Amino acid sequence: MLIKTRKRHQIGENEVTSESVYHARRHFMAGVAGLGMAAVLPRSVWAASEYDNVEQGSRPDWFASRLDNTHWKAVTAGENDKLTPFNDATHYNNFFEFGTSKDDPYKHAGAMTTEPWTIEVDGEVGKPGTLDMNQLLGEQQLEERIYRLRCVEAWSMVIPWLGVPLSAILKRAEPTSDAKYVRFQTLMRPEEMPGQRSRFGLIDWPYQEGLRMDEAMHPLTLLSVGMYGRILPNQNGAPVRLVVPWKYGFKSIKSIVRISLVKEQPPTAWPTINANEYGFYSNVNPDVDHPRWSQARERRLPNSLFSPNMIDTQMFNGYGDEVASLYKGMDLRKYF
Amino acid sequence: MRLWRCSVFVAALLPFLWWAWQVAAGRAGPEPGQYLLLNFGQCALILLLLTLSLTPLMKLTRWKGFALIRRQLGLWTFTYGVLHLTSYLLFILGLDFSTLGEDLQRRPYIIVGFAALLMLLALAVTSNRYSMKRLGKRWKFLHRLVYIALGLVLLHFFWVVRADMAQWSGYALAGAVLMLLRIPAISRALGRIVPRRGGTRRASRAS
Repeated sequence: MLIKTRKRHQIGENEVTSESVYHARRHFMAGVAGLGMAAVLPRSVWAASEYDNVEQGSRPDWFASRLDNTHWKAVTAGENDKLTPFNDATHYNNFFEFGTSKDDPYKHAGAMTTEPWTIEVDGEVGKPGTLDMNQLLGEQQLEERIYRLRCVEAWSMVIPWLGVPLSAILKRAEPTSDAKYVRFQTLMRPEEMPGQRSRFGLIDWPYQEGLRMDEAMHPLTLLSVGMYGRILPNQNGAPVRLVVPWKYGFKSIKSIVRISLVKEQPPTAWPTINANEYGFYSNVNPDVDHPRWSQARERRLPNSLFSPNMIDTQMFNGYGDEVASLYKGMDLRKYF
Repeated sequence: MRLWRCSVFVAALLPFLWWAWQVAAGRAGPEPGQYLLLNFGQCALILLLLTLSLTPLMKLTRWKGFALIRRQLGLWTFTYGVLHLTSYLLFILGLDFSTLGEDLQRRPYIIVGFAALLMLLALAVTSNRYSMKRLGKRWKFLHRLVYIALGLVLLHFFWVVRADMAQWSGYALAGAVLMLLRIPAISRALGRIVPRRGGTRRASRAS
């Protein structure tokens, strides 16, 4: 059977807005705002106009119905954290299921089917089950949180995510007292994911990540379903991914299909390949170097040829005030 | 033959011009320095493999054209290697030499890459007629360093790979085949696949 899916970057004909209409709309919006009537407009329209050059993706019901009631800018980043342009955040990605080059995810992720989508919640919980996106989000209000994203390869971005605290989702599943860790799993679908078909791949698919229970319940830990006022593009982990802003990017697992509460620390993708280079915690830490990349500084993207835009990396990616207490008394060189 | 050499020159220059144009046109992504670094490095490896394939190709086809471009391709390999290092210094380190010092002490893949480039430098500066005369027999010995350089470049690349060995395996396989073809017995056999011109006539006369 031929399953035809539209590539993410090919927008449907009904979505194309001519330039003149676009400008007229902006003009109209400016006028409305000037009259003090902005509050009358649905918030979703406001959201779309908030960011520049953002392709409006599809709007499944579970997402569209929540946009009007979203808490915008619930968390903002620092003064010097300039937002990464949408185009860069969606064309420069690590998502090894689609290839190892930075532009592979953009090129290939369009083939991933994300509608419908279900997530299995199981393990040490009182209410296990298979949830669709609507059931997963429940009554939860979407929040917009602007977080720094630090990759272990020493580049970083600043991204406005839309999502819900993971703790709310976990609480609804009623974890038992045996639930010590959370294990996450990414979609396994080799026919749509060329990286999973590679015979020379080192990752033991499906990709797995994990958090300790207190990390998972931390208010900063976000289960994200959107960015830049729209749904997540496939290459950014549609339809639902994790965002743990004080850890290296690879901990923020993409396109989640399974969340399991477990007793033991789960084997996660990167330490399984190379335990000397990657630890389970993977907290951003300028004092502990990765053997291949110094972690003391980072390149904030976008940069240009002669201005690498190097900045000092902050402990816990700058979220130390909120999260340092989680690791009190732990030797962070040993538990890196 | 002049035209042949000129077209090889242009072909080797084209990737540089293309990537420079991509950067200038803003099509190299949010990290253009990394884009150049990776492309230059990969290009240097491909050129090194091409350079090493010329001798077996010449043996196989007996076409002198392959020998004529060997020095040129070797020098292009070195050039892209230097561009690779320069992009690292300029665009990744931002000319922060203290970080370079740290890298050279701590990071094996940087040390190995650096060593390979030093070897290619030695080959590049002795690639002229004067050095060949001066060094005599030692020249050939010195230029066998290229085999070690190939090994180091592959090791350098190996240590950069994060999650998929496919691309690296392709290059390593090509390198291994080129090395195998240099084993004397295999090399001689290679020369016998295509019969020498005139050789067949002599053979028939003998029979």
